[in-house]
Formats: sequence, C-alpha cells, structure tokens
Amino acid sequence: MLTFTIRRLILSIPTLLFISFVIFMLLQLAPGDPMAQVPLTVPPEVKEKMREALGLGQPIMVQYWKWIVQFFWIEPQVLIDHWFGTAFAEGKQRVISWQTRSPVMDIVVQRIPQTLWVVGLSYVVGILIAIPIGIYSAYRQYSVFDQSGTFITMIGFSIPPFFTGPLLIVVFSVQLGWLPSIYDTTHVVTDWSSFKIQFQQMVMPVMVLALQTTAQLSRYMRSSMLDNLSQDYVRTARAKGLKEGAVVMVHVLRNSMIPVITVIALGVPSIFGGAIITENVFKVNGIGQLLLTALFANDIPMVMTLTFIFAILIVLFNLIADVLYGVLDPRIRYD
Amino acid sequence: MTDQVVDPYAALQDKEPPKEPRSQWKDVWDQFKHHKGALFGGGFLIFITLAVLFGPYIWTIDPQKLDIRNKDLRPIYVALWDGTAKVGWGNPLGTDNLGRDIMANLIAGGRASMAVGWAAMVLALLIGTTVGVISGYFRKADFWLMRFTDLVLSLPILPLLLVAVTLFREPLRANFGPEGGMFILIVGVVGLTSWMQTARIVRGDILALKEREFILAAQSIGTTSGKIIRRHLLPNVISPIMVSATLGLATAIITESALSFLGVGFPSDFPTWGKLLADAVQRMEQYPERVILPGILISLTVLGVNYLGDGLRDALDPRIRGR
Repeated sequence: MLTFTIRRLILSIPTLLFISFVIFMLLQLAPGDPMAQVPLTVPPEVKEKMREALGLGQPIMVQYWKWIVQFFWIEPQVLIDHWFGTAFAEGKQRVISWQTRSPVMDIVVQRIPQTLWVVGLSYVVGILIAIPIGIYSAYRQYSVFDQSGTFITMIGFSIPPFFTGPLLIVVFSVQLGWLPSIYDTTHVVTDWSSFKIQFQQMVMPVMVLALQTTAQLSRYMRSSMLDNLSQDYVRTARAKGLKEGAVVMVHVLRNSMIPVITVIALGVPSIFGGAIITENVFKVNGIGQLLLTALFANDIPMVMTLTFIFAILIVLFNLIADVLYGVLDPRIRYD
Repeated sequence: MTDQVVDPYAALQDKEPPKEPRSQWKDVWDQFKHHKGALFGGGFLIFITLAVLFGPYIWTIDPQKLDIRNKDLRPIYVALWDGTAKVGWGNPLGTDNLGRDIMANLIAGGRASMAVGWAAMVLALLIGTTVGVISGYFRKADFWLMRFTDLVLSLPILPLLLVAVTLFREPLRANFGPEGGMFILIVGVVGLTSWMQTARIVRGDILALKEREFILAAQSIGTTSGKIIRRHLLPNVISPIMVSATLGLATAIITESALSFLGVGFPSDFPTWGKLLADAVQRMEQYPERVILPGILISLTVLGVNYLGDGLRDALDPRIRGR
C-alpha cells in the first residue's frame, strides 16, 4: 500500500506539470494585453519597460520556468517563513497580481476561509442528508419513500444552482424576509446573537450546494446498498439470528460505504467548481469570486495560480480516493 | 383397424400462424414504454425542441423589438390575484424593462440553448467515440490515449471554460461575427472538455467485444480494421453511446447557461435561457417571473433529458429488458 501511494504521488508530479503547462499555454495564446489599460500618452519605450517589469519580455519557456520556480519553490518558503519566523524567502520575487501589485498567494490565503466554510459545510451537510436517504430507500426498494426520493434526487440533479440560488433568495429573503441575501464576510462571531446572524447568512449558500451533493450521493448510496443487500453474507447474518438493525447498519452499511467514500473524495474538487456559481449568486468573496474578477480584469498571474490550485485539488483528491479504496477494501491489491 | 393416417409431422406443425419477427428496436421500445419518467422526459424534449424550432413562426413578435410604452408588463396570470398589475393580452408572459416580449425571448433563447446543447453533445460524442474506439481496438495507441484521457479528466473544467471563453472571445467575434463566434467558442470548449467519460465507456466495451468470436471470424476472412470497426464494433456499442449522449446534452445545456449566468456567454442582445435568467436577477423582487420562467425551462429540459437517459439505459440493456 505504501509503495502504491508513493508511486501515485510520484506519478502525480508529471500530471501536475502537464496541467500547469496547458493552463500556461492557454493564457499565453490568449490575446489579452495587460498594457491595454495604460494611457496612450505613455511613450512606447516606457511601455516596453513596463512590459519587461511584468516579466513579459522573455521567451515563453523562460516565463514558464520562472512561474514554476516561484510557485513550487518560493511560495512554500514564504509559508515556512510565516509559520516559523525564518527568512528563507527574503527578497525573492513572488507571483505578483497585476491588479493589486501584491503577492497572489496573500490574496488567495485571505479568500480561502470563506470558500472553505461555505463549501466544506455544505459538503458535510449534503453527506449527512444523503447517506440516511440512500440507506432507507435501498432497504425499502420501490416503496413510496424510494420513489419520491428518486424523483427528488432527479430534480436535485437537474435544477442548476444559478436557478435554486435566486429562487431561494426570492422566497426567503424577499417574500419572507427571514434570511439575508448577501453573505457578509466581515461579520465576526463573538456571542450568541452574532452566531445566529452567521448561521442565517450561511443557510442558503450551504443548502444550494448541499442539494447537488445530496442528489448525487444518495443515488450512489442506494445502489451500493442494493448490491450488498442481496449478498449471501446478509442471509447468513440473518440466519444466525442477528437483529435486523445490526444486519443493515453494521454488516451491510460498512460494506456499502467503500465505494461511497471514494465517490465522496472524488466529488470534493467538483464542488469547489460549483462554488464559483454559488459564490457569485450570494456574493461570497471566496476564491471562485476572486477567479471571476481576475478573469474580467485580465489578471493573468492570479488566474493562472487559482486555476492551478483547482487542478491540485483534483489530482490530490483522485489520489486520496484511490488510496482510500485500497485501504478500506482488503480485496483490492494494487501491488 | 382404423384407416386414420397419422401424419408423423403433425406435432411439428404450427398451431397458429408464426408471429412477426421482433427486431431489437421493437424490444427496446416495448421496454422503454414502461418507464413513465422516460416517456415524459422524451415527450418533453420533443415538445420543447419543436416549440423552439417552429415557435417563431407561430408567435411572430420579434424578440428584439423595443416597445417602450409597454415596458415592464407582468404576465397575464398575475391579474388573477393582483387586479392592479399592468398586464396585456398582447404580451401574455409580459415584457422586460425595454418592452421586449418575454415569450418571444424565451423561444429565441431556447433556440440558442438547445442549439448549443445539441452541437456540443454531438462534438463530444464524436471525439469520445473516436478516442474510445481507437484506444480500445489498437493496442499500441491504448496506453498513450488513455493517459491523455486521464490527464484531461484531471483538468479543472469550469475554471478552464471561464478562462477560455473570456480570453478567446474577441478574435472569434472578429472572425465569425458576435453570435457566430460565441457559438463556435462555447460549443468548442464544452465539446472539448466533456468527451472523456464517453471515451472511457466505449473503450471498455470495445476491449471486451474485440475478443469475441465474431470479430475473429471477420478477421479470418480478411476484413480490414476499418470495416470491422464500422460494421461489427460500432453497432454493438451504440447503447452506451446513446446513454452518454443524453447525459452530454444535459451537461451542455447547464454549462452554457452557467457561462451566460456568469456573464461570459453570448452578447447582451442575444437571448439564451441562462442570459435571460442572469439579466433578470437584478430586479427579481419586482418581477420574479423573469427569473422563474427561464429557470423552469432549463430545469424541465434537463430533467426530461436525465429521465430519458435513465429510461434508455434500462431499455438498451438486454439483461434488464423483458423483466
């Protein structure tokens, strides 16, 4: 198992390099010019110097190499400096945003907590709703609960978040006035009443994202339970007189969770992608919203870094899913 | 002695006329009929496609026509509970803030959304099937094509879509006009980023089929690889292709709407469902129907397509069929 994990970790390095190269070339081929906003009165030779100051004068490969060095070598050093108070990255060139002229990573680190709170919580809520629904609709297959559950999950699949979001805002913010429609990130939780406000503003974005998760996961849970319920060991467990609750919740559930856990791991990156839309609807200033504003402002380093962070998430969680599958299921042997 | 002659073949003769031979597609249809959701979904998909195709000939108001006197009309049904609402029979679903008819806009928007959906789905299927067949059939290409597919699968799709659309909008607009350029761009990026699942499924099926005896027989009489693929392999993988086609259509419609919603889709005077929804969000307190109507159309279409796919999966699988 350990060798497999190490092999996969090593294999993910060329994958990440390839992805970063694709993103980099895409941004290079793009026609946007960071100098487009500079006034026309600025003489061309000054413009050329400004261009070089942004690192644009060099060949593409040199630019790519510099980006790699900055991202993989200098930024971790900054992180270590931040944690231990050392000075490895003193005076070294970091990835600079063209919009704000400050290091990209500093802005990303400011934005990540908001995204993590909303996305992470919605994923947990979605899982907690989906698993009981999946278990019960498999246990009572073709019952009214199962049929309506199938229908509701189909709807959850089909309604896009950019429709459920405004719909919830119209109902709960405008008509009923219960929940705020805009997420206030400056809000600090100090006591019970401010916690209540925080809770109220998180309900809608979390539920919108959780609906998607729930729809997908409960289908997987149901079919995985159904596969296991018809196995021989279930009959054996019943025949030796185990309680029905123990048969379903211990024997069947543990075996059915194996594929579901990998699906949960695989779904994490896509929910970050879905958060781009939800953050836009509820005006949460997380990394999805940061990506959008950077795109519209033609801020190439920021876009590059953010897209690559999404790619790292995907590769990382694919790896975690594979390893988990091997750890949880002793029948799977990778070596 | 009776002189009754026993016909030795009597037992072998049919007591009733032989039944019509059943084709595969008749079986499929018989199974498909039993799936209520799939029937509804397929019916709705056909209905909406016909509606957006022939709607402009029946409801002839130009979606771009500005009628500033009749702006901000509510739909006619609002008059049922709100007698003071501004409604008019000339615009049964109301008008927007520039007096453009909402029904005409919904039809035109549906045209764009469905066209993007179908075109992107066909493109994704073509790429996916080609990659899947080549890597399943030719062992030399398999390793590298599948590594490539894995790599593309680990690309962050939505961020990359956003990047590609914002960055390549201008040159394509200059070459193919604002609408044509955007259409090519969105169909291209959605198609290029959603073929991977199809390729994997098709490859798996081809790998299994390739070892079967009928392929060996075809090879032994000297059939060329191209003929084997076209005549023997492709007809056998048509069912997984059809199922992933329905999934692809649903994804393409949602992706196009999401891009329009985020403001990187078609130009502002060119309606699509996602764009209508996004434009209406600003004033949804006063005019909730402008958000709800396109939203319901997107959701119902995608729901219909998903149910259709569900039914097709059951109907096309011979192991489930007939039970």
